[in-house]
Amino acid sequence: MQIKKTHRLTLCALIMALVLLPGMTTALHAAPKQQNIILATTTSTQDSGLLDVLLPLFEKKTGYFVKTIAVGSGQAMTMGKKGEADVLLVHSPAAEKTFIAEGNGINRRLVMHNDFIIVGPPGDPAGIKATRSSTAAFQKIAQAQALFISRGDNSGTHAKEKAIWKAAGINPETQKWFQQTGLGMGQTLNVAAEKKGYTLADRGTYLALKKNLGLDILNAGDALLLNIYSVIQVHPTKFKKINAEGAQAFSDFMVAPETQKIIGSFRVDKFGSPLFFPDAGKSEDALGK
Amino acid sequence: MDLILDGIIKALHLLVSLDREVLGITLLSLAVSGSATFVSLFLGISTGMAVALTEFPGRRFVVSLINTGMGLPPVVVGLFVSILLWRNGPFGFLEILYTPAAIVIAQAIIATPIVMGISLAAFQHLPKNLRLQILALGATRRQMLWILMKEAKLPLLAAVMAGFGGVISEVGASIMVGGNIKGYTRVLTTATVMETGKGNFDVAIALSVILMLLAFAINAFLTWIQQRQRPR
Repeated sequence: MQIKKTHRLTLCALIMALVLLPGMTTALHAAPKQQNIILATTTSTQDSGLLDVLLPLFEKKTGYFVKTIAVGSGQAMTMGKKGEADVLLVHSPAAEKTFIAEGNGINRRLVMHNDFIIVGPPGDPAGIKATRSSTAAFQKIAQAQALFISRGDNSGTHAKEKAIWKAAGINPETQKWFQQTGLGMGQTLNVAAEKKGYTLADRGTYLALKKNLGLDILNAGDALLLNIYSVIQVHPTKFKKINAEGAQAFSDFMVAPETQKIIGSFRVDKFGSPLFFPDAGKSEDALGK
Repeated sequence: MDLILDGIIKALHLLVSLDREVLGITLLSLAVSGSATFVSLFLGISTGMAVALTEFPGRRFVVSLINTGMGLPPVVVGLFVSILLWRNGPFGFLEILYTPAAIVIAQAIIATPIVMGISLAAFQHLPKNLRLQILALGATRRQMLWILMKEAKLPLLAAVMAGFGGVISEVGASIMVGGNIKGYTRVLTTATVMETGKGNFDVAIALSVILMLLAFAINAFLTWIQQRQRPR
């Protein structure tokens, strides 16, 4: 009996050690200080898988460890405003300009673009397929009082959607046919698919989810639907603890010719066309023309 | 239906092929939630015992607080732990936000009231005279507490299971304080959320199946200890 008891104790201790040790070691082996860069980014760069391709290259090249926090562009900039991130990769140009103007960030550089699309049920109850512009499409949806699913989360996509509603001269916020999810792009597309509603999406996320959705692209190509991604370094002297060198290195990496080449060829094999078009060094006004 | 079947096949495939990334994620989940449960056992059982065995003014209020804490929403814990651990927050100097240690802290805060509440009830349920009897037989205070813990073994192990089950399955706090960083703070639940967002439903289902298998294995082991030799 006594022997059995000790055995049991050893067994318990062994299991405890097995459970605890990896946790302890990972906690202790955290990358050394100032080697960490916090990258706050929009969900589409992660959900499309682009960062999974780019970050290992960057880490290998520079020795930095990138902590990617994938949130909406709005939240990413809030993190930058508080000095809780070192560098941002976002797609909300108007808000980005305010962010820089308020002295929260420096060195906004164009990285790439793709486009937003208006998707909806194949039956197209509001008949937006015939419309030319995104604003006309939104007006048709409002006229038909067809269900529209909005992100409602201050993301870059949500900011774009609000800009289109404004340009269309419609305030949808109080309407019955207008619903906000407050979720990411992938989940919002799923909601739109289930409820047979319209929504505004970035092309990358839509293509990635397309096979399970049953939603069609009904309107695209308008200049207003341009989706521009930029890299911004959080102001290095406004906050203590900012890894300014790391942020600079990441920003340089994103616009470097080799990186731009990888961005341009990303997923071409899978979708037959690029998900992102590299734009380093171009002027914003020249895009989409 | 095909989707679920595909997911289960994918899970088996990932398990059999010992996919390195999935293995890493699974081990991290186990390590993080195991450590958090371990911490919560110390805090929960000791405090639960202290509150159960002593009389003091406002005791009922404290008990209500503990019982409310058993339903502490993980996102609320995640939010407050994030704010405290921010670089520019009060504990920013620790520099542990977005590390596995931060997830352990958040999960320990979630699990502690669960363990505390159940052990509190367990010790209160023991016959009142038992303590007197043990002391009368000449046991020291420490021996008495040990015997009481043994007497309450069944519910205490239930507390371990509830605590562990609460944290291994939680996602709100883990994603906020851990950040779901690939190869570093990505655990089974946060990976499932991300794969769902990516539209990789088969991988998401596979991760869920692995999570449930893991939870089952741990609970089966704890149940085995609990039921091994039934007292009396």
